[in-house]
Amino acid sequence: MSEATLPTAAAAPPVEAKEETPFRRFARSFFEDRLATFGLGLFVLIVLLALAAPLIAPQNPYDLASVDVMDSRLPPGDVAGEGFTMWLGSDGVGRDLLSGILYGLRISLMVGAFSGILAAGVGMAIGLIAAYSGGRTENIIMRIVDLQLSLPSVLVALILVAGLGKGVDKIIIALVMVQWAYYARTVRGSALVERRKEYVEAAQSLGLSHARTVFRHILPNCLAPVIVIVTVQTAHAISLEATLSFLGVGLPQTEPSLGVLIANGFQYMLSGKYWISVFPGIALLLTIVSINLVGDRLRDVLNPRLEK
Amino acid sequence: MAPVLEVAGLKTHFFTRAGTVKSVDGVSFHVDRGEVLGLVGESGSGKSVTGFSVMGLIDPPGKIVEGSIKLNGKELIGLDEEGFRKVRGREVAMIFQDPMMTLNPVLRVDTQMIEAVTAHDKVSHKAARERARDALAKVGIPSPEERLNAYPHQFSGGMRQRVAIAIALLHRPPLIICDEPTTALDVTIQSQILAEMQSLCAETGTALVWITHDLGVVAGLADRIAVMYAGRIVETGAVDPVLDTPLHPYTSGLLGSLPAEGEPGAPLRQIRGSTPSLARLPQGCAFAPRCDYAQADCLAQAPAVTAFPGERGVRCHHPLNLAGVAA
Repeated sequence: MSEATLPTAAAAPPVEAKEETPFRRFARSFFEDRLATFGLGLFVLIVLLALAAPLIAPQNPYDLASVDVMDSRLPPGDVAGEGFTMWLGSDGVGRDLLSGILYGLRISLMVGAFSGILAAGVGMAIGLIAAYSGGRTENIIMRIVDLQLSLPSVLVALILVAGLGKGVDKIIIALVMVQWAYYARTVRGSALVERRKEYVEAAQSLGLSHARTVFRHILPNCLAPVIVIVTVQTAHAISLEATLSFLGVGLPQTEPSLGVLIANGFQYMLSGKYWISVFPGIALLLTIVSINLVGDRLRDVLNPRLEK
Repeated sequence: MAPVLEVAGLKTHFFTRAGTVKSVDGVSFHVDRGEVLGLVGESGSGKSVTGFSVMGLIDPPGKIVEGSIKLNGKELIGLDEEGFRKVRGREVAMIFQDPMMTLNPVLRVDTQMIEAVTAHDKVSHKAARERARDALAKVGIPSPEERLNAYPHQFSGGMRQRVAIAIALLHRPPLIICDEPTTALDVTIQSQILAEMQSLCAETGTALVWITHDLGVVAGLADRIAVMYAGRIVETGAVDPVLDTPLHPYTSGLLGSLPAEGEPGAPLRQIRGSTPSLARLPQGCAFAPRCDYAQADCLAQAPAVTAFPGERGVRCHHPLNLAGVAA
């Protein structure tokens, strides 16, 4: 439809992009990399497993009635008292580890996704306001960002969670507080470049409001680097949550994330019952690696300077 | 009849660390209804800053320090942000130099046009879209309904500039400021766009301020001309007399450096030196250091405007071609 005859076809882009929508070009470029394709596949698989946990897990680890203390610390492959095989063994209170990991993934991924999206939203808004208003507002905001980024994120999150208390919502708030600054700094950088471009002046010369100019015109042009950061920071949020849970200030035992599972098994490590910590650890590792593989490729694909 | 735009004693200065840059330093001109004023000058002469001042788009460290800008009799200086926003796009629109840069690359053309309509008129999405389509058809874009769904990168340069013109015409503003809108286009497209603009403005009675460094464009398009140098208008008048018998040595120099004037094969003439730093202007006439006719008084004292019949004015102690004016 939009390929209708244009009398001045001479100025068409050198790459014949007739059928190819920007999204399709992006997808093709993304899947050229095998490792990234593998990463994306793995990530999708992990998400599906997490979503389907209630359907496929042999046991509901939240249902205390189905957990038998007599099954505690069974090695991988043993059969539980109820008759199903615990392929990954059981933990210190007799919960099936495979089920625990599947349910744990749900919580870990949810925390990562929510904190990633919220931090991105908050950070982008603050970064855009900084870049657009300039002057003192920008200075104050950016010094706060600098301050935030100069503190170790684990430490800040630890203090915040200690103050806020336990719970999924508290953890998410803490992670957003730790991570918004990354988005703010990146978006401000791109927005400073974008706001000097003529289309911003053109938008202003049409009588558009500031809010419209910023969020409708400048923001979409700053999204490419943000998408990359979302992946990296989501992975970071998941590992940060695991760290906090491992340290005992994160999620409560009743909502066992991967970090809680690892912490639970830690005390048995030296007595040879490695599986209680190691399998949740591997699940965490695979999740983070798969997200990072996708993020790395996105950075290459979305970076105009690396375009062939 | 009152002029559409009346600028008097406009001074726009930029307060940089290197000093105060007097980009526009006392500019006065007016544009009548339906008239085309060519604002001519070298890079850095302040012609674009003059245009942006009228639009109220001077960003810090720049500031309008003095003067008056009256649009349809209404004073713009001192308007608050919201007041200026209401003027922009509806009472005065702007067309920019590079059509590759002035359309937002990530938004479809219809999005950009519809929001331009709804910024001022509370109309339905559908009505706004129809207006956008009609505007595209008016500037000669084939199958406008389909082209509305396209992204800017799917248009050629000339087509994009037509879209920009269509956007500027959406509210039928009485005045459009054109900041070198044909400079980035190749010559055949340039003449098409010029003809298009001319007929559209004649049809709608729109006045234009045509900012350019291209005297050839001005000669064919403008009714009157104002030549700017170092933040001031050095010569003004109806196009033909100014180009035929320039009074100011700078205008004469500009005309002399047009390639068409010289013999084929002869070296092109140029004005020696380059534009002075606007942060440190000489005490006397700003053009004196480059002027072939400069005398002692030119270096000592800045010249005032000398008026001649027929709205002609020149800022020079020793104008050329005085016989031509008298005649």
